[in-house]
Amino acid sequence: MTAFPLTTGLLGSRRSLRLIERNLFVYKHGWIIILSGFFEPLFYLLSIGFGLGALIGSIAGPGGQAIPYQLFVAPALLASSAMNGAITEATFNFFFKLNYNKTFEAILSTPLSAGDVAVGELGWALIRGGLYAVGFMVVMVVLGLVVSPWVILAVPAALLIGFAFGAVGMAATSFMKTWQDFDLIQLVVLPLFLFSATFYPIETYPEVLRVIVQLTPLYQGVDLIRSLTVGVLSPVLLFHVAYLLVMGFAGLWVVARRLDKLLLK
Amino acid sequence: MSTPLATAIAPDLGAPASSPSLILARGLTKRFGEFTAVDAIDFDVAPGESFGFLGPNGAGKTSTMRMIGCVSPLSGGTLQILGLDPEAHGPQIRARLGVVPQQDTLDTELTVRENLLIYGRYFGLSRAECATRADELLEFAQLGERAGDQVERLSGGMKRRLTIARSLINEPDVLLLDEPTTGLDPQARHLLWDRLYRLKQRGVTLVLTTHYMDEAEQLCDRLVVMDKAKIVAEGSPRSLIEQYSTREVTELRFAPGVQETLDGQLDGLAERIERLPDRVLLYADDGEAAVAAAHARGLQPEQVLVRRSSLEDVFLRLTGRSLIE
Repeated sequence: MTAFPLTTGLLGSRRSLRLIERNLFVYKHGWIIILSGFFEPLFYLLSIGFGLGALIGSIAGPGGQAIPYQLFVAPALLASSAMNGAITEATFNFFFKLNYNKTFEAILSTPLSAGDVAVGELGWALIRGGLYAVGFMVVMVVLGLVVSPWVILAVPAALLIGFAFGAVGMAATSFMKTWQDFDLIQLVVLPLFLFSATFYPIETYPEVLRVIVQLTPLYQGVDLIRSLTVGVLSPVLLFHVAYLLVMGFAGLWVVARRLDKLLLK
Repeated sequence: MSTPLATAIAPDLGAPASSPSLILARGLTKRFGEFTAVDAIDFDVAPGESFGFLGPNGAGKTSTMRMIGCVSPLSGGTLQILGLDPEAHGPQIRARLGVVPQQDTLDTELTVRENLLIYGRYFGLSRAECATRADELLEFAQLGERAGDQVERLSGGMKRRLTIARSLINEPDVLLLDEPTTGLDPQARHLLWDRLYRLKQRGVTLVLTTHYMDEAEQLCDRLVVMDKAKIVAEGSPRSLIEQYSTREVTELRFAPGVQETLDGQLDGLAERIERLPDRVLLYADDGEAAVAAAHARGLQPEQVLVRRSSLEDVFLRLTGRSLIE
């Protein structure tokens, strides 16, 4: 069963918007939960950016010029919170809907296809991620961490990170059997968060490790948003964008197929 | 195979071309690996008809329903629903179906009314339309007072009614009901039957599976009996009973241990005799006469019941097993 004809295709259809509408219904009951994702990067910024930053002072940013530590770490926190937000939505919440709520089973009895479901769920994760990104941006403005007009592109960049990790997270979740399997996801996500040049420059690593880190997904996002924030543009940013796009579409492709297999037996 | 029988019993609706089947299956097959769940079955469902799949658990009813619902790819044969091919036109077909799955798939994160609203949206209805229909359907399902409740708080019967209400939000041409009343208490079942009967009166085509005889007799104009992935008989409940059973059935229950000692003593008492573990069934058009004959032979059953034949008897005759084991 390779290509199953009941799905409309990789990108779903306009009907996938209905999934977003459903999630709006759900969050109408508990919109307070949605705020949690906003505070996480803020707390990190205050404790590490400003607390630790007071000890560190300045640090070499993209392009090599010295920048305040807060300015160095804030964009990385935006990137990693975009990842974390998408992963939460794409793993725990997606797994629940897939296995316990039977929501998707009911939805596939309507004109919607598995592709619509995958795209709709991911779209919702992105909307959430987008809200957090904008919120974090406001905080950066308030704290005086805006030094370049390019920073405005950090919001779409955060969405791109959410797209890539959300799609791959959903793909991984579609293979999960029990809640215990989620420990594996944390085993991947946590080192990404800590070691993707989030808190210190990538030059800190020896040559070999540096190359490895440069190939990991969150590093693409961290370097992308940091460069935009500081306003140092280079062609390598296009590579970051392409990397994340390919990652997202590959994840989506897997999800749509897996949903067919799991739900359309 | 069922084809000759189908031709013999199918209601006379005039020329076939003028009343095309809403659902048409030929050689319909579903396999899961080595296991064949549905083995090359043929059937037709006419517009406005109430059509049932009767059979025990595991007979292939649900697999058949899922293929009709366009959520399960065919392993073989052909299937046409509303004149369309499910492989090519799944979304278009599903847009005109209402589906009541065997297990409730209500959205437990939403309220009763929201379940209806969002389901309407999945079908592309406008928000205003969804709201109007949701309120009508809450009324129909007698759930108006529970509109704002979380789904989890509903009883089993209420959830079932909500599932049926949800399946009607798109005003479907065909309603697919998989075991609609399984697990409900008698009162809830009768309420549900009443609602389904009203739909039938409105001209909605009902396709349902059941392993309850009374349900099939109440709701189905015509049904197929499925056993081990195949259709073993087809017709109206009445015609099936006429064809495969007698007008009356006499049930004799003997004291424990007695039934095993009756070798030969029952022979000739009725057209057909079935020995179940706990009782003996005598198939004869005149039940009282069969009882008299048994007494005349000196048999002393502890309990005697003369009743009308039911589909249960048809199933027993066709498969040698009872439906609910």
